Amino acid sequence: MRKISQKLMLSFVMFFMSLAAFSQNAVTGKVTDSKDGTPVVGASITVKGTKTATQTAADGSFKINAPANSTLVISSVGFAQQDVKVDANSVANVSLTQVNQQLNELVVVAYGTKRKGDLTGSVTSVTAKDFQKGVVNSSEQLLQGKVAGLEVTTGGGSPGGGSRIRIRGGASLNASNDPLLVIDGVPVEGNGIAGSSNLLNTINPNDIESISVLKDAAATALYGSRASNGVLIVTTKKGTKGKIRYNFNTQLSTGIVGKTVDVLSGDEVRAIINADAASGGNNLYKNLLGTANTDWQKEIYRPAFGWDNNVSASGAFKNIPFRASIGYLTQDGILRTDNFKRFTGSLNLTPKFFNDHLSVNLALKGSNTKNNFANGGAIGSAIAFDPTQSVRSNTGKFGNYTEWLDPNGTLIDLATRNPIALLNQRDNTSSVNRFVGNVQLDYKIHWLPDLHLMVNLGIDNASGSGNDNIDSASATNYKTGGRKSFYEQKKINTIADVQLFYSKEFKKLKTKFDVLVGHSYQDFTTKVKNFSSFSYRSVADPANPQRKDTIAGSQPTFLTDKPQYRLESYLGRVNLSIANKYLITASIRRDGSSKFAKDNRVGYFPSVAAAWKLKDDFFKSVNIINDLKLRVSWGSTGQQDGIPYYSYLPYYSRSEAGAQYQFGNTFYSFLRPSAYDPDRKWETTTTTNVGLDFGFLNNRISGSVDYYIKKTKDLLSTVPVAAGGNFNIELLTNVGNMENRGVEFTLNTVPIKKQNLTWEFGFNFTYNTREITNLLKQQDPNFKGIEVSGISGGTGNNIGRFNVGYAPFTYFVFKQVYDPATNRPIEGLYEDLNRDGIINQSDRYYYKKPASDIFVGLNTQVTYKKYSLGITGHGAFGAYLYNNFNSNNGVLRQIKNPINFIGNASANYLETGFSNNQYLSDYYIENASFFRLDNINLGYNWGKIMKGKASLRIAASVQNVFIISKYKGLDPENSNDTGVDNNIYPRPRIFSLGFNLDF
Amino acid sequence: MIDMKNKLIKYVGFLLVVALVAASCAKKLDLFPTNDLTPEKAFANAAGYKSVLAKIYGTLAITGNTGPAGNPDISGGLDEGSQVAFIRMFFNCQELPTDEAVVAWNDQTIKDFHNLKWTNADPFLKGIYARPIYNITLINEYIRESSDAKLAERGIGGSEAADIKNSVAEVRFLRAYNYWVMMDLFGKSTFITEDDLVGAILPKEISRANLYLYIEKELKAIEGQLAPVKTAEYGRVDQGAAWALLARLYLNAGTYTATTNYTDAVTYAKKVIAAPYTLYGGYPRVFMADNDKAKDEFIFAINCDGLRTQAFGNTTFFVHAACGDEGAEYGVSGGWYGYRSTSAFVNLFSDLTGSTDKRAMFTTSKYGTSPAQLVITDISNFDQGPHVKKYVNLRSDGGPVSDSRKEFADVDFPAFRLAEMYLVYAEAVLRGGTGGDAATALGYINNIRTRAYGNATGNISAGQLNLQFILDERGRELYWEGHRRTDLIRYGLLTTGTYLWPWKGGVSSGTAVDSKYNIFPIPASNLVANSNLTQNAGY
Repeated sequence: MRKISQKLMLSFVMFFMSLAAFSQNAVTGKVTDSKDGTPVVGASITVKGTKTATQTAADGSFKINAPANSTLVISSVGFAQQDVKVDANSVANVSLTQVNQQLNELVVVAYGTKRKGDLTGSVTSVTAKDFQKGVVNSSEQLLQGKVAGLEVTTGGGSPGGGSRIRIRGGASLNASNDPLLVIDGVPVEGNGIAGSSNLLNTINPNDIESISVLKDAAATALYGSRASNGVLIVTTKKGTKGKIRYNFNTQLSTGIVGKTVDVLSGDEVRAIINADAASGGNNLYKNLLGTANTDWQKEIYRPAFGWDNNVSASGAFKNIPFRASIGYLTQDGILRTDNFKRFTGSLNLTPKFFNDHLSVNLALKGSNTKNNFANGGAIGSAIAFDPTQSVRSNTGKFGNYTEWLDPNGTLIDLATRNPIALLNQRDNTSSVNRFVGNVQLDYKIHWLPDLHLMVNLGIDNASGSGNDNIDSASATNYKTGGRKSFYEQKKINTIADVQLFYSKEFKKLKTKFDVLVGHSYQDFTTKVKNFSSFSYRSVADPANPQRKDTIAGSQPTFLTDKPQYRLESYLGRVNLSIANKYLITASIRRDGSSKFAKDNRVGYFPSVAAAWKLKDDFFKSVNIINDLKLRVSWGSTGQQDGIPYYSYLPYYSRSEAGAQYQFGNTFYSFLRPSAYDPDRKWETTTTTNVGLDFGFLNNRISGSVDYYIKKTKDLLSTVPVAAGGNFNIELLTNVGNMENRGVEFTLNTVPIKKQNLTWEFGFNFTYNTREITNLLKQQDPNFKGIEVSGISGGTGNNIGRFNVGYAPFTYFVFKQVYDPATNRPIEGLYEDLNRDGIINQSDRYYYKKPASDIFVGLNTQVTYKKYSLGITGHGAFGAYLYNNFNSNNGVLRQIKNPINFIGNASANYLETGFSNNQYLSDYYIENASFFRLDNINLGYNWGKIMKGKASLRIAASVQNVFIISKYKGLDPENSNDTGVDNNIYPRPRIFSLGFNLDF
Repeated sequence: MIDMKNKLIKYVGFLLVVALVAASCAKKLDLFPTNDLTPEKAFANAAGYKSVLAKIYGTLAITGNTGPAGNPDISGGLDEGSQVAFIRMFFNCQELPTDEAVVAWNDQTIKDFHNLKWTNADPFLKGIYARPIYNITLINEYIRESSDAKLAERGIGGSEAADIKNSVAEVRFLRAYNYWVMMDLFGKSTFITEDDLVGAILPKEISRANLYLYIEKELKAIEGQLAPVKTAEYGRVDQGAAWALLARLYLNAGTYTATTNYTDAVTYAKKVIAAPYTLYGGYPRVFMADNDKAKDEFIFAINCDGLRTQAFGNTTFFVHAACGDEGAEYGVSGGWYGYRSTSAFVNLFSDLTGSTDKRAMFTTSKYGTSPAQLVITDISNFDQGPHVKKYVNLRSDGGPVSDSRKEFADVDFPAFRLAEMYLVYAEAVLRGGTGGDAATALGYINNIRTRAYGNATGNISAGQLNLQFILDERGRELYWEGHRRTDLIRYGLLTTGTYLWPWKGGVSSGTAVDSKYNIFPIPASNLVANSNLTQNAGY
């Protein structure tokens, strides 16, 4: 009934309009793509200045009634808009030109979307077609090297592993430097969950439509007290009206270990020990030598297979647009026993009701991930274990794995453990379920359609549990007869947003504005269950093989815990566009957080931004310039992640079973007060950004340049406090300032664009410097900085400092003296930098830092007929790493271990000849600049198969192709903020083959 | 149409409800931890007080709220196991700079201790500065929460209230003891009492002389409030502890204040000896896993337990750090290959084998006491030097220890025991203190030696009793118990060239060092955090 009345209405309007028009003629035509002449489906044709409009059909044809001498406006997403004069002609064939950087493209921003051309803040959106190709297990890796100002560094080669994500360097010292992550409107948990090494891997990258990277405060300030490190907004794919279309893709991959650490061979170790015994006359170590030549690294690594399958259906079901997908991934790690499995399902529904007045957006994502965590300790053990020993022994002890025993036959507790035993005797598995779902209701008020009431209700529910069991024969846990342990954790985040949105356009003034006001409430609840650990007693108690004994001291003090925090916020934003040339955005958010005491709970985070479309004012008639826009923004944001939930309160904690004290014959557990800071609040970062967006030559050259200054004050820093002034000697408090400054440059070009051949080339460049500008409440010239960056070797050794005037984690080391004849470092000899005649702690100096100054990303794509070739790479320059592997293992002491066993040394020992460790020498600080070719991807578009019912694309790719670097260690790309390179899981080189079927 | 309108009304209504729910939830930003307690709840009943009291005592034995490590009391970039444990750090300060101990490890600056060349940046010193002050901060809080008014307010009365009042005197003793450690190591100290609220003040500094007076005043004030001597339950202190600390304080009054006071040293040593305490039979048993049986000799022991009081820095440290492969002899699963002694020290014994003087516990299955073994050419080589097997995690009754894995020790650490009081008495008398006599002093010394030898063959004559003999005897009786540095300073031997031992000052034959090393520097980070503090001379 309603439909008929609508149609009637439309006919009446048309009728009257046609009466009003002087002369009316039916214009027909066809809209095609200028590139290859294929029809453009769904292009919209509007008679300029009227409401008369239509769309092209499947063959690109259209028919519209237009008065003579009127103008038709033809537009379609992905193409430049074109105006066509209708003279006496009744036929208008139009060829539309594709635009590379479409300014009309909608970009997801904080609490809404915006036309790319209207952005006032610094936002980069990467859509599915530009994502990293090949095997990508976790969503953040889709962006690696793609966005200026965004540095994604994988933690290593573990398949489910996490990455370090930094937007513009990170604004914090001791609070989090991770960006806020928003998935389909739900800001999600950033702290991970027990059983998962990376909560982001629970989202299937195949379901992601786009990721927006919000960089300056103008873009992020609406997220207030959590936005200082930028925001990533992930939007999943949605269905569109039309026929249901299916997609199936599958990808097979094999990863191999590209490079292993350079250590000595069995023969080399034998030679060193024999020579040492001959010169020293002591056969202690010689007698321990084995006869094997075991390459322990070869033993622990293997080729890693992966298989990723995804099926999706998208279209409309009974007029409800939907997209549904399921995915299954299994991925081995190159470290034996390492495996990651993921099963995902997603459903998006986007129906509209009440004459399109109510839009509903339902997005549900569920996943189950299963991890089989390999014992990462095997990597370090493989490097350090004696290569003259074979994997197995026949002692009948420790599962017949070779382990170091003392002359009495008992295990040497502090000796290196057999790497293969570490892998095989530990069974560490977890299962993580996650559900992220939300419903967004957008109601256009019937009596005032300019006003929208929007509600967003969302939930992010994750639960992780796992078993970590160690065999009773294991050298690591034989004393307790093995170990069985279990853990369980749940996280429930809920969000309720209510917003009012009003937009109004004043056509005569060519001015439009919109206003958003909203309220947001979010609750983060974690539920932890604590369990005792048990020992295996199947051997000791054959009558009862299932008998479990609680391992003493493992009883938890509390069986459960429920940490929780909440945020309550009000937000508002105004967008103003004058003459479509001058754009102004202002926003403010008021956040209240339960993490802070009442008086410090509320904060305001404002921002203002303006953009000026210079093109329209100065270069309107200059055809080679398609776009030129200047952006200026200022705003402030906060950071409260990474700090304890209740620590503004004085409170007493109960001690655990191993921490009691005996009075008489009774043991009493403790109640201990914790250090607290009632004055703590979030840290605040103020960002100023100036940017220029440009597009030339039909947008075949486009890009942007940004300059920014980020100043953080009230840094959440862990600083020394007066002993006796609080219940600790350091406190996480608001003190200090830090500055990030940088330049970002993005360039996208299309050097060749022909009928059969296209070549696209993209480049991004970021320069960022970071400096601590203050760390103390009262300034002190004698302040020596705060020790950070613990290293392996010795106990409590730190290599870095936080200090004023330096980048965070700047190394604090001794200046090595070299033998001028051989150029070799002289063991234990350092420069007396203060010339006081003694070499002591006062001679350490600040030297280099772990963060890179410059990082670049490159991507290029060549399409020739049905073939395409894509290459991506990224690099970082100016970073230095502390080669902890060489400093800890590159010494004779490592081979002739003082605890009377033999180990293996880094080949670096042959260069230094050091007997003892020289942990604090600057010799071990190495240049870690690199360029890595991430991916070569070859695609072939097979075209129609199965009698035209389906189309097939095939892609083959190689990942982690090569790396260029001077760094002597395994891999110069390190996700550790401290720059301490130790025990890294090698990133595999992966070969993959993928098939993509649309039908 | 009407149907649609109704629907619409319903929908708008629903949205409004959602909005209201959101708004009402939003007020709830006052959240509290599920398991942790606010101070009001922690001190709501007597059991809570007892748990805080256990923590105060426990801070001397272990390092945090999780045994053995993982939830430290003191962070600040320090290593929990090796840098903030009271017993271990006290040992490193009192023994490593002397002839009694050297260490093989490369942990940061640990070798600076024996080399007598530490700096104000030393992380170990940062730890031992922080530990006593932390303990005092807890004690002050406890005293504040134990006022009559607060107990009454919380409805705690009767014997519970009496026990809490009693415990206030105990914690005041512990505060005095912690301040004594500060005074002895650093000279001056950060100074806070129950009048200084946490978080409210920048603590003041107190000079060595004033700290001495404060400790003396406090100990005398609580003398009458503590439980009568030898009546407290094991692990808690009574009058005897206050007397013993006073005796030790007065013996070193010359070091602390430049004015000696040997007479009071005699007075308080006598009080302890008269209690009466008695020497426990068999010297080696005093340092075994079941040494709680020596409670008639122990005036105050810090209790350790392999299962329930675990740390890497209590007596667990003694048993592991002193052994290597031969861990089984020490009653532990494995050695840490770290600490030995020097020839200069062990040669205070005429027979190193332990067959005459049982205190000479330097022979293990792997290492003997041959002259070649005693020589240390490389401090980092654990195989060299005399090994010490004084503390062992074995029970004298042969029974099993608490920790079946044999990782953590049951041995209690004697902070004060009777033998020291005998030695204080004798030395104070010899140095001119009145109220005692040389004959009694000789008797006390021979009590010690009779126990050491198992018979009277080691007894000395009046003519042999002199100050050097007492220093040597203190070494033989009290080595590795945290006395040596204080003793060598009292005798003027720590930094001077009068007495040299291997690797003193970092030189194999030993050398004199600057006299500033008689006192440790105030760790630099403390000066940064607290502008009221001043550095010691020379640093």
